[in-house]
Amino acid sequence: MASLEIDALNKTYGSVRALRDMTFDVRAGEIFGFVGSNGAGKSTTMRIVLGVLAQDSGEVRWDSAPLGPDTRRRIGYMPEERGLYPRMKVGEQLVYLARLHGMDTAAARASMERWTETLGIEERRGDEVLKLSLGNQQRVQLAAALVHEPDILVLDEPFSGLDPVAVDVMSGVLREQAAAGRPVVFSSHQLELVERLSDRVGIVRAGSMVALGGIDELRTTEHRRWAVDGPPDSAWAAGVPEVRVLESSGTTTVVEAAGTGPDEVDQAVLRAALAAGPVREFSLVRPSLTELYRDVVAADVPAEQVETEEGAA
Amino acid sequence: MSADRSLGSGAAIRLVAGREIRTRLASKAFIWLTLAFVVIVVLGGLLFKLTGSSSDPQQVAVTTDAAGAADQVKATATGVGVDVVTREVPDRAAGEKLLSSGDADALVVATSPTLEIVVKQDLSDQLGPVFGSLAQQLALSGAVTDLGGDPAEVAQAVATAAPTVTALEPEPERDGGQIAAGVIVGILLFIALMNAGQLVAQGVVEEKTSRVVELLLATLRPWQLMAGKVLGIGIVGLVQLVLIVGAAVASSLGFGVLDSSSLDVGAIAVWALVWFVVGFAMFALVLAALAALVSRQEDIGSVTGPVIALMIVPYIVGISIAPYDPESTIVVVMSFIPFAAPFIMPIRQALGAVEGWEVAVSLGLSIALIPVLVWLAGRVYSNAVLRAGGRVKLKDALGGR
Repeated sequence: MASLEIDALNKTYGSVRALRDMTFDVRAGEIFGFVGSNGAGKSTTMRIVLGVLAQDSGEVRWDSAPLGPDTRRRIGYMPEERGLYPRMKVGEQLVYLARLHGMDTAAARASMERWTETLGIEERRGDEVLKLSLGNQQRVQLAAALVHEPDILVLDEPFSGLDPVAVDVMSGVLREQAAAGRPVVFSSHQLELVERLSDRVGIVRAGSMVALGGIDELRTTEHRRWAVDGPPDSAWAAGVPEVRVLESSGTTTVVEAAGTGPDEVDQAVLRAALAAGPVREFSLVRPSLTELYRDVVAADVPAEQVETEEGAA
Repeated sequence: MSADRSLGSGAAIRLVAGREIRTRLASKAFIWLTLAFVVIVVLGGLLFKLTGSSSDPQQVAVTTDAAGAADQVKATATGVGVDVVTREVPDRAAGEKLLSSGDADALVVATSPTLEIVVKQDLSDQLGPVFGSLAQQLALSGAVTDLGGDPAEVAQAVATAAPTVTALEPEPERDGGQIAAGVIVGILLFIALMNAGQLVAQGVVEEKTSRVVELLLATLRPWQLMAGKVLGIGIVGLVQLVLIVGAAVASSLGFGVLDSSSLDVGAIAVWALVWFVVGFAMFALVLAALAALVSRQEDIGSVTGPVIALMIVPYIVGISIAPYDPESTIVVVMSFIPFAAPFIMPIRQALGAVEGWEVAVSLGLSIALIPVLVWLAGRVYSNAVLRAGGRVKLKDALGGR
């Protein structure tokens, strides 16, 4: 199956190393969420994929072949800095962009009509972009990324500035595109959204990928934790030597087992707690993407340096 | 789904140029500007014709008392090169009436003992020499008569006396039509090049300011975008100039204002268009590259200023010196310098003051420079156009850093 491979990209701007061996791949039919703080290298990576920026080293491949102009023309791109001709009519503009991507006039027109309808802006085809509300301009921008029926989608912050309804529309489009077998890469700071939409997530810090994998995979931690809503920990925790109590508030106790412990330690915890009294809730505690992100991005980086990186964005 | 998405450079440039042409032709500014120029050119031709025919003969009234003076006035006027019509009036009062109504420019009331003229306000510049000369002749013939000679014979000899002049380097004949054509060609080319050049600069910055360039360059190479833009705006500028020059040629032929001139209007018009194309290619490339250095419309002036100065200097020389002194060294030298040639060479051509080989050399120099400019402009444009924010230094853009 075809996949978009980003292989060891490096890029330096002056004295700033924007990318260090950035590597990941996005498979066909997969939604890939790209997260990281401002200036971490997400936009730089996407711009290199589009050929808008040249890498110092490394390679981008589609279907095992290096990306050339003809393949790039099959990418749907939404740049971080939104951009359209302000004084050009919506319909004309979309047809023009589709034709620049190699479509003939008839196909471009049909596709423009289809996408403006799907995105609910068919009434605005004859209006200059300038005259549209910000939300509608965003829809036109998405239409501009999709109008040439791309085989690959690269969307930089597609959700920023969208109202909740537009977020749903955008999420739906992303799912449809992936279901049609296209690889979809998008970046976002809205981590709940990334967690909900993505099949796989990549977290970048200072120009390199620091965590990469399926959502479930990433949430699986080395040390497993369980929350027990039942008898107080003093009544049972000592009976399970493999675990230690992390915290207890009210009737809920959180215990953690070192990663090396036996798999069935959860059953031992549950049995010990039940023996001490009734248990109303017992669950595996898994970190959310937000928590993971904080761990990963903050780890090993002194606070001061993080600030500098953000300032450089 | 994986349709063939190849897009050759030719097709890409055509698409970009097509958008420029459609956008510009539909803009109100373009339509009004072109219309205004066509109207100005046609009205100018009309005005030229009307004022041209106002060099009517000078009307000189002669009283019956001085009736004999009429022939002398005409003869003297012919000698001085002034067109004069005389008419006889019964008396001084009738003549003065004609003066105050403006039907006569001067009234001759007596020829002896001295020549006596009545005018409304003052003697016109044309009639001054006529009467001055006539007064001398009358005084002379008085003296000749006193000496016993024949005044008519002497007058004849005096009137036909003229020096024989031998010119070592005769200047080619230049008439008013040629000078007017030279000035008009100079002004038109300046306005057309300035206007089209500004459109290129604004277009480049517009794409940068609106960030649409990022979307475009995801599918186009920078040089394709630049070439398409320059080509599209160039075609629009050429269409505009063809309309205006066409109107100028049509009105000059239609009103017959150049009937007496040795000007070949058709050839001048075609040369003006040729020089526009050459000049536009040079200035548009330079302006596109420089405009790519800035990110805001307000900053355009700071990078295009020097280029505009490069246009204004030859333009001033072109219309203020060239039509009156086409052989002056500065005019001749500048007509060969690539960026100045488009403003000056067509004026020299309109004046008929240039050899064929000079035009060929000048044109050749300008055309030879274009590939160098394409390379330089392509490099600067490619390196600068995606850098948003502040102004990119020309040195950095050239060096590709």
